[in-house]
Amino acid sequence: MSADLVIIGAGPAGMAAARVAAEGGLSVTLLDEQERAGGQIYRNVGAVAGRGWLGADYARGGALVQGLDHPGITHQPRATVWRIDARRGVIWSRDGQSHVSPAAHVLIATGAQERPVPFPGWTLPGLMPAGAAQILMKQSGMVPDEAILSGAGPLLYLVAAQMIAAGAPPVALVETPTAITHALPKLPRALFGLPTLIKGLGLIARIRAAGIPWYRGAADFRAETTEDGRIRFDFTTGKQSHSLTCDLLLTHLGVIPQSHLTRSMGLAHEYDAEQGAWRPTLDPWGQSSEPHVFVAGDGGGIGGAEAARAKGALAALAILHQAGKLDAAGRDRRAAPLRRALSRALSLRPFLDAAYSVPSAFLAPPDETIVCRCEEVTAGSIRKAACTGAEGLRLMRTSLRTGMGPCQGRMCETTVIGLIAEATDRPASTLGPGRIRTPVKPVTLAEIAALGPQPEETT
Amino acid sequence: MNAASRFRDAPGAAPRSLRLMLDGVPVLARPGESVAAALLAHSGGATRQTPVTGAGRAPYCMMGVCFDCLVTIDGHPNVQACMVSAREGMVIQRQIGARRLGDQP
Ligand SMILES: Cc1cc2nc3c(=O)[nH]c(=O)nc-3n(C[C@H](O)[C@H](O)[C@H](O)COP(=O)(O)OP(=O)(O)OC[C@H]3O[C@@H](n4cnc5c(N)ncnc54)[C@H](O)[C@@H]3O)c2cc1C
Repeated sequence: MSADLVIIGAGPAGMAAARVAAEGGLSVTLLDEQERAGGQIYRNVGAVAGRGWLGADYARGGALVQGLDHPGITHQPRATVWRIDARRGVIWSRDGQSHVSPAAHVLIATGAQERPVPFPGWTLPGLMPAGAAQILMKQSGMVPDEAILSGAGPLLYLVAAQMIAAGAPPVALVETPTAITHALPKLPRALFGLPTLIKGLGLIARIRAAGIPWYRGAADFRAETTEDGRIRFDFTTGKQSHSLTCDLLLTHLGVIPQSHLTRSMGLAHEYDAEQGAWRPTLDPWGQSSEPHVFVAGDGGGIGGAEAARAKGALAALAILHQAGKLDAAGRDRRAAPLRRALSRALSLRPFLDAAYSVPSAFLAPPDETIVCRCEEVTAGSIRKAACTGAEGLRLMRTSLRTGMGPCQGRMCETTVIGLIAEATDRPASTLGPGRIRTPVKPVTLAEIAALGPQPEETT
Repeated sequence: MNAASRFRDAPGAAPRSLRLMLDGVPVLARPGESVAAALLAHSGGATRQTPVTGAGRAPYCMMGVCFDCLVTIDGHPNVQACMVSAREGMVIQRQIGARRLGDQP
């Protein structure tokens, strides 16, 4: 199953790249652990007809999925990549069996995950990220019943509008402090960001028109299960305390790059202070510190779907050039309109990052909060360990097992770093990113053994 | 623990035509949805107890990141229910207490 280019992730970035690379004459294997192409934003888009309530942006993904219908593209669904090996290629698992896809060029387009939103009670049944509820809407035709939306960020407004359109409006919107006024100077001077901005204002208008109670500047989140299995949600706004009851408490504080694969390969990474997350270090084509490995889309830094699509196409052009299929002049000529689309798509980012930065209480939550969901380690014990010598991710891992469970730190790393930063008075940027080991998704030893002899480990 | 679901059907949602078994109880599922979605449509309660303290957990991130939706499917333990499509006749067990990753069926 050899291909010129192996792409991991069939979201807008991976799909756009696959099409451009295949049209340029490369054989492409597109691996994605989901059953259908689409990624997060266009999840299930090929399979759903007539879900108008998800909005026009969602429906637009259909064209990208249709673009995969090209003889040069082999889409492997349900393929979970757990290792990229410099010599052997991309190693993936399906139904308990692993396969190796050798590749001359690799494009990692694994997208984003939602930023963890830890507070006392966030592990209870009845609490979920807002994006998770959106996945249920897209994939299962299920809408949240009697739900509260809490946190901040554009996706929160979008999910609220989608719930309203589906006839299941949220019972309240509880928004954490935003810094819109402070962020205003970051609005793009040109009118580039205008359509996105107008869309955002349209969402806000729809939430207002639906008469949904809207709490602003909310803090001190706490959730408990009531006797009848509902969720009691306590929070404060200023000096005032509130207590609301709901069936489902949805939280959201933005998304962060999924960097487990890029980190496990030992690629260079850098801290993005505006977005409060690490991302692989990339050149303007998406080329990583490893020349034949490219990264595109939200996995290389959050930019949204339109940016992901442009970045995917740009990376494909660079790979075509690397493979000798496109000269530099042709590459640059075709890149020009993509770069314009990219800068349009990114023009609102600085504003959004500044307006919806993460409140510190969710980076370093109260002592009783379970931070590591897998090993059930509380913020209090992490603080204590940080003050008594566990001043880094690795030391914390050996002393408390944070990040050692099946999620491999995906749900706790940002918080563990936040707590160590607070306790030791060091900037978060000096505390990560954590080392990630393969397999980046759990596979059984039997499955690894069945692959045959391993090449020597380089790390 | 069979609290009412915390979700309802969207307008025009397809019928739940598949039948799975959850700890001996029939659970209905919609073609194309994940096992985790079917479990959430069936009940608002826990689908798992943690190995460390026995706390109840339910599917959380729905995108393969958090591993809170681990269940046993057709005898295979520690399967991410959010990443597996529901199929007719699947036999699912909630995981109560410790089950190490890598355990064989
Ligand atoms: C839950 C969620 C909901 C979102 N909803 C919206 C929305 O409605 N509107 C919006 O504008 N933005 C939304 N976003 C932001 C969204 O991530 C981007 O706008 C856009 O999808 C990024 O495109 P991408 O191609 O970079 O990655 P994605 O679209 O995220 O695609 C990445 C793909 O990689 C696959 N993948 C990841 N790791 C592996 C692996 N190890 N092996 C195999 N496959 C793997 C995933 O299954 C996924 O299909 C959402 C984000 C999240 C996390």
